[in-house]
Amino acid sequence: MKTVRLPVAFMPLVDAAPLIIAQEMGFAEAEGISLDLIAAPSWSSVRDMLAFGRVDAAHLLSPVPVAMAMGLGGVSTPISAVSVLSVNGNVIGVGCAVEDRLRASGHAFDFSDPVRAAEALAEVRSGPLTFGVPFPFSMHVELLRYWCAGTALGAGGIEIRTVPPPLMADALVAGDIDAFCVGEPWGSVAVDQGAGALLLPGRAIWGFAPEKVLAVRTDWAETEPDLLGRLMRAVWQAGRWLSKPESRITAGEILSRKAYLDVAPELIDRALSGHLTVSGRGEQRCVETFLEFHRGAATFPWRSQAKWIARRLGMAHGLETAGALEEVARVFRADLHRRHLAVAGSDLPGASEKVEGAIRHATPVASARGGLSLLPDGFFDGCIFDPSEHV
Amino acid sequence: MPAGAELVSRESRLPRSVARANRWSMGAKLTVVVVEEDRDRAIAIVDALKDTIDCDVIVIADASGLARKIAAHAPDIVLIDIDNPTRDMLEELTLASGPLERPVAMFVSGAAGGLAQAAIEAGVSAYVVDGLSPERIKPVMDTAIARFSMVRQMRTELAETRRALEERKVIDRAKGLLMKAKGIDEEAAYALLRKTAMDRGRRVADVAEALVTASGLLG
Repeated sequence: MKTVRLPVAFMPLVDAAPLIIAQEMGFAEAEGISLDLIAAPSWSSVRDMLAFGRVDAAHLLSPVPVAMAMGLGGVSTPISAVSVLSVNGNVIGVGCAVEDRLRASGHAFDFSDPVRAAEALAEVRSGPLTFGVPFPFSMHVELLRYWCAGTALGAGGIEIRTVPPPLMADALVAGDIDAFCVGEPWGSVAVDQGAGALLLPGRAIWGFAPEKVLAVRTDWAETEPDLLGRLMRAVWQAGRWLSKPESRITAGEILSRKAYLDVAPELIDRALSGHLTVSGRGEQRCVETFLEFHRGAATFPWRSQAKWIARRLGMAHGLETAGALEEVARVFRADLHRRHLAVAGSDLPGASEKVEGAIRHATPVASARGGLSLLPDGFFDGCIFDPSEHV
Repeated sequence: MPAGAELVSRESRLPRSVARANRWSMGAKLTVVVVEEDRDRAIAIVDALKDTIDCDVIVIADASGLARKIAAHAPDIVLIDIDNPTRDMLEELTLASGPLERPVAMFVSGAAGGLAQAAIEAGVSAYVVDGLSPERIKPVMDTAIARFSMVRQMRTELAETRRALEERKVIDRAKGLLMKAKGIDEEAAYALLRKTAMDRGRRVADVAEALVTASGLLG
């Protein structure tokens, strides 16, 4: 079989692992493709490279294709999210000034209770806290907004500002921001640089949040179904490999290379293992499902996830979404996912939507082979999001 | 202070969108913001723009609070290097309310199809205020594209030259080590390096580097 080269853009983050591993561990080759991985300097650059045909596929923030379908942001080329690349994996952290005040007030940095963390923050703040996030359309922003609105911080209690992740630690030190929400390894980098401490994992706010997606141009998906299938299967196999505990050391070494993340494997391992060092004092915290690439049908692009994102974006940007959500949610291509992965030995859910936040314990669900369990996906406030109530 | 900025401040009591609409109808100069921290590069771009287009150019070098700083100048066009990671900060601008206040990536402003591709290839991204006519955008973009790609090329060449020089130094040291250890002349030392590189499928510079490192370790 002739190997086809596919240019693919990614941001240097731990959750780009499925793409990097697909190429490095031979899963791409097994499908007769070779991924030309291009490290991008910014998310806007990833989006533009994809939209204007410089690359055929990209590692993208899950809300970006949804926002584009809603006409938010600069570019409106139709994009399809064909797989979820990673679930969870963000951290919320604070700079040293806030850390000191929190410690003085007795906060234990338990790295688990979002309600208590919010109360502690609300108590020590002197004005609205400024949070740095990597991009205006990101799960980071959505998690922060959801968390603030439902806690002592209050909906208007924080300001959100875009700061490129590699500059997050500097922005904390310079006082441009008080706190941040960022993907790994950048939270751990901030801790190791002595710029701050980690307060919560993203999954404490939403237990199973789609973080990054595998995105392609919708017209490319239509004209290149065979290549798309090969790409999706290679990436899915990589996710399965990554979910095995014995792969962790190798994965960390590969990701740490200069061409990829260019940070020490030890820092990358924290996200892969879910054992995080939350402060300069060396306090360790362990988090279940801190970052998930495979288990619980993690790769499945649930339309209900897209709908949740669309509804939150609509509320934040004053857009009327009633009657339009169904259409927007179709950028999460449950149909293509099922079509192309059925042959890869994956067990796929029978439905394309689920009630988000309703799963409290690992639950068996109807699936193609009958062996699929979904993992807990609760929101911290116990609310659920029923997609049939939002169309 | 650039004339464009002055005009905005005089009309500051009007909503900015009205001010801008007036400015265009009067055929006023374009205001272009260039985000670039390298001083020489910024000067090169400013000069090129001023030579071709009647416009006010403002350079912002420091990324801290970027979106706010840009908004304060109410530019018609914002130019930034595609490789600049602070570019994501500009995305906040695309969310500003009011149709005429909203800079959008040039790529959606209708006429820009091929221009967008060229801009991406050249490594420049532009945020253009919605509603600005394509005829006014094009010369700015053409100039920026040409200048950005020229500066980029010069940089790449400089980096290449530096690297080549570094490699030459390492190869010279490796040759010296071989000459001393094996009592051979310079030509034979180089031939040995080249043969080893070919046998191992590696570059001469890599083999030389390995030799220098190893000899350093062995003392």
